[in-house]
Amino acid sequence: MNGIYILWLRQLKRFTRKKMAIAGALGQPIIFLVVIGFGLNPIYAKAGAGNYIQFLAPGIVVMSVLFTSIFTGLEIIWDKQFGFLKETLVAPVPRWQILMGKVLGGASVAMIQGTLVFLITLLAGYRPEHLSSLPVAFIFLFLVAMMSSAMGATISARLDDMQGFPLIFNFLVQPLFFLSGAIFPLSNLPPVLNFLTKINPLSYGVDGLRGSLGGVTQFGLATDFWVLTIVSAIILGIGSYLFSKIQV
Amino acid sequence: MQENIIETRNLVKKYGKFTAVDGISFSVKKGEIFAFLGPNGAGKTTTIKMLTTLAVPTSGQIKINSFNPASQQNQVRESFGIVFQDPSLDNELTAYENMQFHAVLYGLKKELYKKRIMDLLDLVKLADRKNHFVKNFSGGMKRRLEIARGLLHLPKILFLDEPTIGLDPQTRNHIWAYIKSLNKKEQVTIFFTTHHMEEVERMADRVAIIDNGKIIIVGTIEEILLKTGSKKLEDAFIYLTGGNIREEEANIGLNQMRINNKLTR
Repeated sequence: MNGIYILWLRQLKRFTRKKMAIAGALGQPIIFLVVIGFGLNPIYAKAGAGNYIQFLAPGIVVMSVLFTSIFTGLEIIWDKQFGFLKETLVAPVPRWQILMGKVLGGASVAMIQGTLVFLITLLAGYRPEHLSSLPVAFIFLFLVAMMSSAMGATISARLDDMQGFPLIFNFLVQPLFFLSGAIFPLSNLPPVLNFLTKINPLSYGVDGLRGSLGGVTQFGLATDFWVLTIVSAIILGIGSYLFSKIQV
Repeated sequence: MQENIIETRNLVKKYGKFTAVDGISFSVKKGEIFAFLGPNGAGKTTTIKMLTTLAVPTSGQIKINSFNPASQQNQVRESFGIVFQDPSLDNELTAYENMQFHAVLYGLKKELYKKRIMDLLDLVKLADRKNHFVKNFSGGMKRRLEIARGLLHLPKILFLDEPTIGLDPQTRNHIWAYIKSLNKKEQVTIFFTTHHMEEVERMADRVAIIDNGKIIIVGTIEEILLKTGSKKLEDAFIYLTGGNIREEEANIGLNQMRINNKLTR
């Protein structure tokens, strides 16, 4: 367990030292919130669906957690390139613990980033309906963070350099986000979109967070919870296997 | 007769069709300083990777400190320290934090590692820099820190893969002096590779030369000089491995990384 702890601590230290990166990563959610949020708000209201910021804010929080987690997971590729991963791999620590430390570290870092974004949505006018369910909301946020961080780490087990990065960004991260119900409601969609959003595990994260903060839930919080938990466990299982096979 | 701390038998490693290591057998005695030499791409680093559980042999047997890397990975990993050919420090952490990371990873207790880290940082003359970020260190300082780190968990064997690459003669001298004294004081077995033959002549009890994945000769320096009728190890080395310049045939991407790392050290 020492291994998990020290890998987690390393991730946190690296994160908190990069103040510029933290501030920089707030840019994208702010743009989404301000431009898309306030831009589409009038038309959303006209359609009789209420306040768009109220709908969008949880989606934006999930977005920042998704991006931060996946990228922290992908940092393992840098560790490979800069040689540090070897130092970890020759240590007398089971590989699944190395993965777990990394994933927990990435998830914790993403939770901090997500919390900052949550505070910004409050500034932008977002009002959760019941603050008492904030702990439940954080559980969902944590599950999203674990799942995405595990995804990033698992992918990087098989990549040796950042050449695959645009591929991952455009064909995994972006679709996960845009097809998650973060920016539009998942009801009454065309069949193809409906199918894609249903098989996207992140949809259940957005739904869980939105639902627990008082918005409308599409799938029900219990379903959201189990989908996220099971998918995270599966990815962690695959990741542990791939980590045990890493040869450098 | 002293016992063997490293033993290999018919060790083979293939990457696709390319055979990096082609059936090598050798042993290293406890407390020995053993030099593992060969031209670029001869299979030195691949052999070290197999000895240190970073790569799985295609076939053949290994014993490290009487443990089998295939079935007793953790015991093997606790037995050795390693200084890799390429840098392997976290630049975003301080010298002390890099050491602490290693200590916790190897399960050392806090009361023990605090003192041990300071002793080792003292030994490599980095004690006054313990709270400096590694990214601000020179190549020599990074190397010294890596050596200190490799010794932190009191290993029985220290692997050094070209530890003095890219360093000035002063630093090289210092580093070899530390290593020699460690070998004497703590009875650490040293297994190293280098391209500097004068380092081998000064340090090594025994030498193995590998080329094209095969060991061509093992013995003391005197034995090798005698067998090849040379006066210097460098002459013997060139006599045995030929005069051609070698291309490394490893994975191009990784190889480029290695070159880049060397240039930016």
